[in-house]
Amino acid sequence: MSAPATDISIKLARQEGWNRPPVIEPDGEGELLELAMGPHHPSTHGVFRMDVALDGERVIRLKPVFGYLHRNHEKIAENTSYLASMPYTDRLDYFCSLTNNWAYALAVEKLVGQAVPERAEYLRVILAELTRIQNHASSIGFLLQEMGASGTPLMYAFREREKILDLFEGLTGSRMMCNYMRFGGCRVDASAAWLDATRKVVFGIPEFVDEFEQFLRTNEILMARTQGMGILRPELAVNAGVTGPMLRASGVNYDIRKVDHYGIYDRFKFRVPLGDHWDIYDRYMVRMLEIRESIGILEQALKEIPGGPVMDPKAKIRGFRPKPGEAYGRIEAPKGELGFYLISDGSPNPYRYRVRPPSLINLTVLEDMCLGHNVADVVLIFGSVDIVLGEVDR
Amino acid sequence: MKTIEEIKAAIEAAVPGAGVEILQNPGPSGQHSLVLRQEWAVEVATFLRDDPELALDFLSNVSGVDWQDKEISEKVKVTHQTVKTVDGVEQTVDETVEETCKRVEPGHLEAVYHLYSMEKKHGPVIFRMRTANRTDKVELPSLTPIWRAAEFQEREIFDLYGIVFTGHPDLRRILMWDGFKDHPMRRDYVEPDDFEYEPTAHDEVLTRAQAHEIATAGAVAPEGAGQ
Repeated sequence: MSAPATDISIKLARQEGWNRPPVIEPDGEGELLELAMGPHHPSTHGVFRMDVALDGERVIRLKPVFGYLHRNHEKIAENTSYLASMPYTDRLDYFCSLTNNWAYALAVEKLVGQAVPERAEYLRVILAELTRIQNHASSIGFLLQEMGASGTPLMYAFREREKILDLFEGLTGSRMMCNYMRFGGCRVDASAAWLDATRKVVFGIPEFVDEFEQFLRTNEILMARTQGMGILRPELAVNAGVTGPMLRASGVNYDIRKVDHYGIYDRFKFRVPLGDHWDIYDRYMVRMLEIRESIGILEQALKEIPGGPVMDPKAKIRGFRPKPGEAYGRIEAPKGELGFYLISDGSPNPYRYRVRPPSLINLTVLEDMCLGHNVADVVLIFGSVDIVLGEVDR
Repeated sequence: MKTIEEIKAAIEAAVPGAGVEILQNPGPSGQHSLVLRQEWAVEVATFLRDDPELALDFLSNVSGVDWQDKEISEKVKVTHQTVKTVDGVEQTVDETVEETCKRVEPGHLEAVYHLYSMEKKHGPVIFRMRTANRTDKVELPSLTPIWRAAEFQEREIFDLYGIVFTGHPDLRRILMWDGFKDHPMRRDYVEPDDFEYEPTAHDEVLTRAQAHEIATAGAVAPEGAGQ
């Protein structure tokens, strides 16, 4: 199905509290067990806590608790210059530092009306799609890890991720904290040798994907544990602001690369995979298919990349003071819509700097998805949201 | 996609008396916004979501902004009537003097909402709501019942800016811990000297033990108490 019809939403909206998590009554036998999952539970991918109330094995209440990694990123950014926040955006979602860079650069470019040269746009697309591939591959590896296939499948994903991180290191000097993009282009140019190396890596990814997809397609235990679990209805997903693979697995056709055409995404041919059953399995299958689409985009971009400068020569770097105004820029990061909202008052520091973190907002529906399931499945449902705590807590 | 003027006209036709104003954005991004009055905000927001032409079903971003009291000095031309002696005759003459006037523009807290439409694939439509002041009248109506996406973001604004969203189903601190006082994202926030200090249960236990020792000093312990 495509976007949910408005009349459905309106009909639902007339019922009071339709978008709240349902209240589940305990069956009356025995006592409730209140359990704090986390902040050091291995499945939380960081420091995150879920306060769950259990009736036997059944979850009847779940409250997420955040803030363990909170360092007030926004305040720090407001106390420093625009460019000085660029390396700090790497630390938001540390799996995908290059897409964070791009989102921030895009917002500032909107704020000052800065153009980006052709070659830099191509490099940005190449790096963003490589980031998407390694993020989704790791995410699927973590799923298998959490289901008990400890170690090996995750290392399959990490082996591939390592090749991509080597490319990042070759171009930007760092594997994860890349700090590569600037307002009006990119920091350094890619050499012909680097582009050749990238072509070689991209050429090898489909084989890995074919091999990796066997885990999803043929593993009976995996299918039994993920199919029909953690269903998220499309009306609720839209209303709760869920974005990224989570939203598309609920069958809503909304990809910001297609909607906004930011950068040069209107030049590439790719499809948007959608889920049919709105469950955990769909979320991982959508990610798997997105890897395949990303390979297609990479092949096109690596074929078409033109020569030229990677930085707009007119771009102002020193004494960067945007005129008063505001801008909201957003991109399709691997985890969902990553947006930056900036208000300038004409000084060298942003007056307001706001990150719209996809990880945090996708967690809004965690309780709705988990209620009524067994506590062991909470781990899988939570993993399928695909969050990074550096971005949730900021 | 309608222009911001057309959206304003549509709102005023659907919700009479809403009194929406347009805030022009002087920057090159061209993202102008609407300023809603808080008493009509829920009606206007419901209209924006449910109107079949706008269908703004996706609330992307909610951010708080702190605008402090601003002292504005302006140069004003003032005309005085002064008595002057011209050619030995006293006359009343109009004299124009430039004076610097200072006035304080009261500050407020603001919540900015960025809306998109997933159905029509357009946006953003931006609107903002303002509190009456920064100190005691900091309530705004919560839009969480309309867009669930606001749930955590409004909690975050409550936590970091101190805007109280009335009608929010679960308004608690989200990033700072529950016992924390003050709102760190406000522009005039001052960090405590001892950032790590937190009263712990241990302190309380010690105080109670001390009080107990004083109270029981000299008393004869009942039989069987203590070893």
